[in-house]
Amino acid sequence: MRTLVLTTLLVASASSARAGDAPLKAGVFDPPRVAPDFALQGSDGSELKLSRYRGKVVLLGFGFTSCAAVCPVTLGTLAAAHKQLGVLADELQVVYITVDPERDDAAQMKKYLSSFDPTFVGGTGTEQQLAAVRKEYGIAAEKVAGPDGSYTHSSFVYLIDREGRMRALMPYGHAADDYVHDLKILLASP
Amino acid sequence: MKVSHRHWLAIPLVAAALAPVAWAAVAPVRYPSREEVFEIPKGTWARRMSGDKVEILPARINLVLGVRDVLLLRNLDDVPQVFGPTVMMPGQSFRLPFEVASSYTFACTAHASGQMTIVVEPQPLSAWMRLRWRAITLWNAVA
Repeated sequence: MRTLVLTTLLVASASSARAGDAPLKAGVFDPPRVAPDFALQGSDGSELKLSRYRGKVVLLGFGFTSCAAVCPVTLGTLAAAHKQLGVLADELQVVYITVDPERDDAAQMKKYLSSFDPTFVGGTGTEQQLAAVRKEYGIAAEKVAGPDGSYTHSSFVYLIDREGRMRALMPYGHAADDYVHDLKILLASP
Repeated sequence: MKVSHRHWLAIPLVAAALAPVAWAAVAPVRYPSREEVFEIPKGTWARRMSGDKVEILPARINLVLGVRDVLLLRNLDDVPQVFGPTVMMPGQSFRLPFEVASSYTFACTAHASGQMTIVVEPQPLSAWMRLRWRAITLWNAVA
């Protein structure tokens, strides 16, 4: 029954996406390239590889758990979007990779991300591993001088389709509704 | 009260001078394309490697809702490049539409400040805003 509902919703979403041919709210890459894979330490205790989520739509963001301003807003928005998707939420995976490996170990990532949504998965690793991932994704991150060890970092979120292609980039500040709009379009693709 | 012949002659002159201003304030703002395009030309990477300082994307970009509110970046070079907020592959484009007037800041390693700012202004719907927008556009064209 659940499969039937899911299929119906997907077909309905696909129809509406085709009918309206609605453009995404996010910035779109043309042509989309395959999102670089990585192997990091996952907050769920296992190895975190992007390819593990092939078949799902992935929202990929970068930040750190001590972030006071940007990350809580982004993760709160993603949690709201995830909830709004309803039964389609199972087809979405949020992956958040730290830029602060000194303080963000797997346990800390799990505790922090779970406060937004228990399905969110975090990634951490050595500074070298994380720097390599950031380079592949064009992510800027720099430690701010000062006692609190804060970082400035890219605040957008990548939208990766079921085939593992980087389809779009959502700038910071977009509402959950915008994510839901774009996710429904991406989820409508087989 | 008598109006001199010279005053009568001045009326059409003043009217002719004010007509463009009135048009600029009343006529709806249209633009051939809503895309603000920036391209990395072929050979840019080679030029940079040879020591040329090539600046393509300004640190601040001004857009206007409903008129020019789509940022379009294209990498026409042969190698991947950090362009604006992200990495772009050779031949790849990135099209970013804006729907809310605001100031958007992106981390961008291509700039000395480490940031790129996109200022999106409201759609020029009032006469004053249309006049202002046209004056700024004219100024930018001749400056």
